[in-house]
Amino acid sequence: MPGAKIAIRNLYKIFGPRDREMVARVKGGTGKRDLLENHAHVLGLQDINVDMQPGEITVIMGLSGSGKSTLIRHLNRLIEPSAGEVLVDGQDVLKLGPAELQKLRRKTMSMVFQKFALLPHRTVAQNAAMPLFVQGAPEGMRVREAEKWLQRVGLGGYGDRYPSQLSGGMQQRVGIARALAANTDIMLMDEAFSALDPLIRTDMQDLLLELQRELHKTIVFITHDLDEALKLADHLVILNDGAVVQQGDPQHILLNPADPYIEDFVSDINRARVLRVRSIATPVQAARFDGEVEADANLESLIATSDGDTARIYRVRDNGEIIGQVDMKDLVKALVPSVRTEKGEK
Amino acid sequence: MAAYDWFFDAVGLRAWCDADAVDTPMSMAELLATTRGGDAANAEEGGFLFPSLDVLHGACPAIGQTRDLTAFLEEGFLAARDELRIVLDPITQPLSWMLDGALALFQATPWWLMIPILLFAAWFASRSRPVTAFVAAVLIFFAAIDHYDVAMQTLAIVFVCTSLSVAIGVPIGIGMSRSDLAQRLIVPILDLLQTLPTFVYLIPLIFLFSVTESKLYGIAIILYAIVPVIRLTDLGIRLVDRDVIEAADAFGMTKRQKLWQVQLPLALPNIMAGVNQTIMMSLAMVVIASLVSAPGLGVLVLRGIRNLELGVGIVAGIGIVLLAVILDRVSKAALSRVDKQGKAR
Repeated sequence: MPGAKIAIRNLYKIFGPRDREMVARVKGGTGKRDLLENHAHVLGLQDINVDMQPGEITVIMGLSGSGKSTLIRHLNRLIEPSAGEVLVDGQDVLKLGPAELQKLRRKTMSMVFQKFALLPHRTVAQNAAMPLFVQGAPEGMRVREAEKWLQRVGLGGYGDRYPSQLSGGMQQRVGIARALAANTDIMLMDEAFSALDPLIRTDMQDLLLELQRELHKTIVFITHDLDEALKLADHLVILNDGAVVQQGDPQHILLNPADPYIEDFVSDINRARVLRVRSIATPVQAARFDGEVEADANLESLIATSDGDTARIYRVRDNGEIIGQVDMKDLVKALVPSVRTEKGEK
Repeated sequence: MAAYDWFFDAVGLRAWCDADAVDTPMSMAELLATTRGGDAANAEEGGFLFPSLDVLHGACPAIGQTRDLTAFLEEGFLAARDELRIVLDPITQPLSWMLDGALALFQATPWWLMIPILLFAAWFASRSRPVTAFVAAVLIFFAAIDHYDVAMQTLAIVFVCTSLSVAIGVPIGIGMSRSDLAQRLIVPILDLLQTLPTFVYLIPLIFLFSVTESKLYGIAIILYAIVPVIRLTDLGIRLVDRDVIEAADAFGMTKRQKLWQVQLPLALPNIMAGVNQTIMMSLAMVVIASLVSAPGLGVLVLRGIRNLELGVGIVAGIGIVLLAVILDRVSKAALSRVDKQGKAR
């Protein structure tokens, strides 16, 4: 698809000594279990096709073992694929030679890690400046850039400490500053907030969104947490057993889960907080409204506004324009996961 | 009649056995048996003898004796010796120069200069007041009992051999950590070097080099002491957190950057532990190397054994222990300093 910053095409990864032969078998319909039991190869990823748009946050979500960490490592080739293409700005990453690959890793993609992966023997400032050091930037520029990005992630004045003197959340801020200092278009975030406790995690998500509003990076974010995925994602990709189960607009996935796996997934979340008014708005029909509501407000705030009165109808505004209406009865229905509504209607 | 005659008769090898039989000199066992008055052959027939080379030789002169085997090894070694020396002599010659130079330097430096230098080195490495004070006490003790010179000789040899072991061992350890194949090939060699009794090192070396050359004991010490630093460098680099290595890769570090910026600094505590072991092992070997003319405290121990000069031996022995303790304390203090820095960070 033209315009995609990163396009993954028919990507396969099979772990084992004869992975390329096995790709043909998997394409022929051999399943994961069959492959493991009869051929002693592990199916990591099968037939992945994802387009990631520039300036968007693409969230890849799945449970552990679903292949999400494997997938993100194909983008900068920390893992070699068995078959397929990864196009970054139209260039196939998998065809790059060692020197070009190194350039890609230095100039095009930076990465944030689940376990921070900071250098314990270097100060926070030196860690933040690490990508510049790798590129051979002069000392003065390294100090300046490190200080700038540390300031930006809220760690101004911590430059002389060592990573072990910081809390987990602060260490990950250093990890983000390091990725930002590389000044790349693309940021890969591998379960970047999963090791943090919930309150800190929320802070970090807010920080990321705030940075993103300003910097418009192309971010690939891996998580196993649906709430986090829904909060951050412009484009959501759900992986299961190494295959894409569903991808698209997160609100759309929430309201129209494609299969039971995703229904299970979405059944546990607080829909009122995640769903936006925009997603359940219908064309204007009513003549009289009980008030107006912003399209990006979540349902929770609307329930609070309405005092729980299901008879009310609100007009939906987006940037001053009226784009539809919300009937509180629709809102209540949207709060119930779709699988149950269907059963109720039958 | 010798034992096992019947065997060679039975299989029809008698003609082959006696083809060019000459009377060989008697073995020591035969000689003893004869002088005791008995007939050697009869005595042998009395029991059921293991068919060893010597016994079989009695029955069939075409089969060699055991002493032929050792003679064969010796001749083979002597034949290869000249060629080996052409290669090994120039390569190892710098070692002789370094050892002789260090020995001369350590002894030529006057005590009032040498002791402060050593104390400063101890302070620089350990940054610990008690350790430095202890080193001072030991050095003064050596000087007070007139063992200062021999202690300096031992120290000079340990210094040169440890430095060379680290200079050679760390790169080998790095190579091992990078390739599983190299590790599989080198580990058995290290095991051999570590299990070989220390005296055995000396045997081939005495043949190769003359006993008056310092490199003879230098090589023996280095071969023995280099093992831990190689092992622990390899281990240290392999233990570096895989996440950190992955981050280094993800930001496009070159192999060299990764080695100097990530792997070596993070492996440093382990490498230092290896250096500590290497120092202790070269000190242990320098005593044994006094058998092949290594100067120092070991010579006095040897004198104590050879001439039964009990006091000389004991004093020198205690001196070696003290030297070992200060070297160990200083290098351990340096190690824990590195370790603590690693953890504080």
